[in-house]
Amino acid sequence: MLGKLTWAAIPFNEPIPLTVSIIMVLSILGIVGFVWFKGWIPYLWREWITSVDHKRVGVMYCILAFVMLLRGFSDAIMMRSQQALAYNSPGYLPPDHYDQVFSAHGTIMIFFVAMPFVVGIMNFVVPQQLGVRDVAFPTLNSVSFWLTASGVLLINLSLFIGVFARTGWLPYPPLSELAYSPDVGVDYYLWSLQIAGVGTLMSGVNLVTTILKVRAPGMSYMRMPVFCWTSLASNLLIVAAFPILTATLAMLTLDRYLGFHFFTNDLGGNPMMFVNLIWAWGHPEVYILILPAFGIFSEVISTFSSKPLFGYRSMVAATMAICILSFLVWLHHFFTMGAGANVNAVFGVATMIISVPTGVKVFNWLFTMYGGRVRYTTPMLWSVAFMTTFVIGGMTGVLMAVPPADFVLHNSLFLVAHFHNVIIGGVLFGLFAGYTYWFPKAFGFKLDERLGKCAFWCWLVGFYVAFMPLYVLGLMGMTRRMQHYDVPEWQPWLIVAAGGAGLIALGIAFQILQLVYSIRTRDRRRDVTGDPWDGRSLEWSTSSPPPAFNFAIIPDVHGEEAYWHIKERALDQQLMPEEPVYEAITLPRNTPTGFITAFFAVICGFSLIWHIWWLVIAGLLGAFATFVVFAWRDEAEFEISATEVARIDRARRAARGIRLPLVERLV
Amino acid sequence: MSIAATHPGLTDPYKIGHEGGESQAVGHGEGGPAPTKVVVGFGFWIFLLSDIIMFAAFFAAYAVLSPATAGGPGPHELFDLTNVKIETTFLLLSSFACGLATIAAAKGRLLNAQFWLVITGLLGASFLFLEVREFATMIGKDAGPQRSAFLSAFFTLVGCHGLHVTAGLLWLGTMMAQLWAKGFQPQVMRRLLCFSLFWHALDIIWVAVFTVVYILGVSQ
Repeated sequence: MLGKLTWAAIPFNEPIPLTVSIIMVLSILGIVGFVWFKGWIPYLWREWITSVDHKRVGVMYCILAFVMLLRGFSDAIMMRSQQALAYNSPGYLPPDHYDQVFSAHGTIMIFFVAMPFVVGIMNFVVPQQLGVRDVAFPTLNSVSFWLTASGVLLINLSLFIGVFARTGWLPYPPLSELAYSPDVGVDYYLWSLQIAGVGTLMSGVNLVTTILKVRAPGMSYMRMPVFCWTSLASNLLIVAAFPILTATLAMLTLDRYLGFHFFTNDLGGNPMMFVNLIWAWGHPEVYILILPAFGIFSEVISTFSSKPLFGYRSMVAATMAICILSFLVWLHHFFTMGAGANVNAVFGVATMIISVPTGVKVFNWLFTMYGGRVRYTTPMLWSVAFMTTFVIGGMTGVLMAVPPADFVLHNSLFLVAHFHNVIIGGVLFGLFAGYTYWFPKAFGFKLDERLGKCAFWCWLVGFYVAFMPLYVLGLMGMTRRMQHYDVPEWQPWLIVAAGGAGLIALGIAFQILQLVYSIRTRDRRRDVTGDPWDGRSLEWSTSSPPPAFNFAIIPDVHGEEAYWHIKERALDQQLMPEEPVYEAITLPRNTPTGFITAFFAVICGFSLIWHIWWLVIAGLLGAFATFVVFAWRDEAEFEISATEVARIDRARRAARGIRLPLVERLV
Repeated sequence: MSIAATHPGLTDPYKIGHEGGESQAVGHGEGGPAPTKVVVGFGFWIFLLSDIIMFAAFFAAYAVLSPATAGGPGPHELFDLTNVKIETTFLLLSSFACGLATIAAAKGRLLNAQFWLVITGLLGASFLFLEVREFATMIGKDAGPQRSAFLSAFFTLVGCHGLHVTAGLLWLGTMMAQLWAKGFQPQVMRRLLCFSLFWHALDIIWVAVFTVVYILGVSQ
């Protein structure tokens, strides 16, 4: 009846997961109960859960990422403290649990922190920067989000029911095959990632279509803000790379569930094919994450240097070059496979070539700052810190691109230090910059600058203290994923690294404090004009938060930096542009399709993990029924009347008009 | 001060990105958002491209594993080209019928469109029947997917295409019901466009399967 699911799946005899999961279950129940008690459920259902507004969907993605950041980071703290303690001693995490912790850390940080955060910011920003009202397929957008959320739910269920995979963040066979990982850990991994991956793919299709086909009049390709360009590149990579992940995970699933022999040791299976396939997705994946971050830095640096971005066209060319080259370097993740000197040399050289466009970007950012009136706000601090940190990470990457050096450094902590250097110093710093930068646009008030700077310095110093020792340890010969060790020279460095993780924890605490404090004092930090940073692209021309339709009148774009143009003219003439003739606006209706699809996806995923076959069939039937019902509806849109549009937009114009004589731009 | 004096970059004196005049064509130039029909068709094409990439991964796996028969039967013993030729004919004709249905729909002939959709479905189902029979025969000869890596890759690649055809048939049924109940509404027409794109894309993939798996398999 319940397949493999028995009471033994719940970790009664393991205190740490049991306590954590009880706390998690209680806090979730507490939050749900509180929301219920306050009577917020109808509001949440109406305004958020069923929303197809790209801004709401984007915000929900970011919240999801933040929550999962806490989960992933607690895994990191456990690893760092374990390794600080485990010299000639078992530490406090048994090997079985330690393996789950490092697998969970990587899986969650990449798939359920970085990805939703990146997708969320792209969702929120791109349509506004393009001057349009929503993405190409709003309902699909909501479905994508809820599928990602399903993946998150499933992967977290493994904490309480069953186990997490012990196979690392990429489940290399033959270890991940049924023979060596007979429990449900790898199955949880496979189905959560498949479900979340479908969501990501749909989101990629959606944003590619939006950027290529749905732009304001006059918004030609070479007038798009660079963030839109990097988002385009990133989403093209999603469309081209995620299907490979889907196929690869499907093959491993078939091996595990139906006894196929794709990656097994016997009957012709080829484990190295998994490694090749997974990195054919995995390398583009790192650019899926970093390219939007590059876009965020471009926006932030240009805004806070009060200058147009230097080298716009070279920035676009570099972005698209990276987009293509990212598919030609996957083998550098496993030079030690033994493909031979020539193959390794080709991929080594390709890897070095890909650092050239990235270098072009760094110089462009530097030249944007050069001669500018630089304002060191929190987003700008993240950006400057990124430039130094990322360059260090890039250089250690180029170092490992030399195959003979890689043979020494492969699988060592040097590698771990390298990719944290680029992912934290690049992706995460970029996301934090974007979070602070666009927060007032999303919620109508600015985050506290002082606490933001405290968080920034803790993160920055914490990062260097935590990861520079890992470079040293890598050169001392320490391999990754060690539960204990017996080399006395390593321990001091690991203790320092644990201290760094503690500093980062302080940084996260400051971020939470900043958010709570800013919400509580929101009335005195309101962004009344909608343009708190003296921005240059179209999202700053709307009020904060923008109305559901973003733009009362779709803007007509006449050049690069569309909004800066309009603003300069208004400031010059001390006049708002003439009031337009307002027309009624049709918007897509909210729909629970996404939520219901996610519900059935969770049912299917969970029952597949535990081999509850009748429930799988029930879930699939439910999903098909949802599809039919959704396809059948007639009233997909609703109308906002011209008077309502006029009322909303006049309020925005009034707020701006008052500010007009007060703006002094020192030139 | 004027904009040009304070911010020389803003007036864009070099007309960066403005070469070739101002295109007023919607969707790809400066003419504003494309009409819904174009957006939907384009978006679905992007999805199909991603689907084709997924097949590419299965093709790659098949290419790597096809020599790995592990002492079991190989393509020569297993593939019956006559059967595959009939399958191919069914599928290609089904695509043709789907094209006729699209034309009938464009002309607003409901019965005609429904008729050709039925033919599309019947031919697709016949294809599927032959494929399932082929699979059953192979499994009966102890040549199932568990026998060797070659057979794992074969069953996955060809079976994945078969699953797509099955999903297409379900979708076809839904489409016919919608046509029946709602007639040629714009959103129904857009879905019909997507369905026909999907159905033709399955043909493209099948042509690759036919060549790479069957013809190359037997000729080696």
